[in-house]
Amino acid sequence: MNSSDTALPPYGEALGIVVDHDEAGNPVLSVPFSARMMGRPGYLHGGAMSGLMEMAAFAALRAELARRGETVRLKPVNIQVEFMRGGTEQTTYARGTVTRAGRRVALVNAEAWQDDPTKPIALAQMKILLSPAEG
Amino acid sequence: MNEVSKAKSLHDLPPGFIFDPARASGLMTRHGHGGWLGLSYHAHGPDWVELSLPWREELAGPGDSGVLASGPIISLMDNATSMSAWTLCGRFVPHATLDLRIDYMRAAVPGRTVIGHGECYKLTRTIAFIRGIAHDGDPDDPVAHVAGTFMATHGSYL
Repeated sequence: MNSSDTALPPYGEALGIVVDHDEAGNPVLSVPFSARMMGRPGYLHGGAMSGLMEMAAFAALRAELARRGETVRLKPVNIQVEFMRGGTEQTTYARGTVTRAGRRVALVNAEAWQDDPTKPIALAQMKILLSPAEG
Repeated sequence: MNEVSKAKSLHDLPPGFIFDPARASGLMTRHGHGGWLGLSYHAHGPDWVELSLPWREELAGPGDSGVLASGPIISLMDNATSMSAWTLCGRFVPHATLDLRIDYMRAAVPGRTVIGHGECYKLTRTIAFIRGIAHDGDPDDPVAHVAGTFMATHGSYL
């Protein structure tokens, strides 16, 4: 994996999202709680949570494609997010899992959690279109 | 509107507070994530609310194209649809997003303000069913389509 595979977009950097650690070749992202991440007072904004999971999904897919030695452009088709618990004022983590990555389209799951990885606060499922890098 | 001027957030409003999206939207868009994104009130009707999301470099997604990341679009639609539920209901009811599905039809054009149109098409006692689109100038050529639900956490919508 080279640096461009893990580089986060301006939106991610501005929110303070970083690659926290690597889990068997799969990046785990984290973001500290801040006013920028807050929805109703004291709680994470659902959109910010979704943005984090989306980035984790992309990072997992890029890692998988890098392992295969493929260079493709990624385009989000859609995302379904389930909010299960309110996120509180603490660090939030997110990880993507590539469920299926074919030649044209990939299905990636993502989950976000805080202090307890066995109690995710949100789940997401994303479909991402793969197209040739030149296209 | 004394409650509105004193409140720091919509969630400081008492449950049952008469909801006027034009006046109350500042509370949702001035602070926190919405404030950072630069969301502001655009328009509303009996069951819909429109918020605007001005483009800026800091909100760009991957690559150097300057295309808005998808995260800010989700937040825009979360807030616009959330407010549409209170607008249809006529009152502020504390609620939480249960789920959101977003279809990205095309990339928003860099530099253009994105308008999020959120509509509440059905309220039950505990669930608000919402849908909406995001566009960057032409509502007939949307950048995204959303559908989802909210749940009243304290009190009921009806």
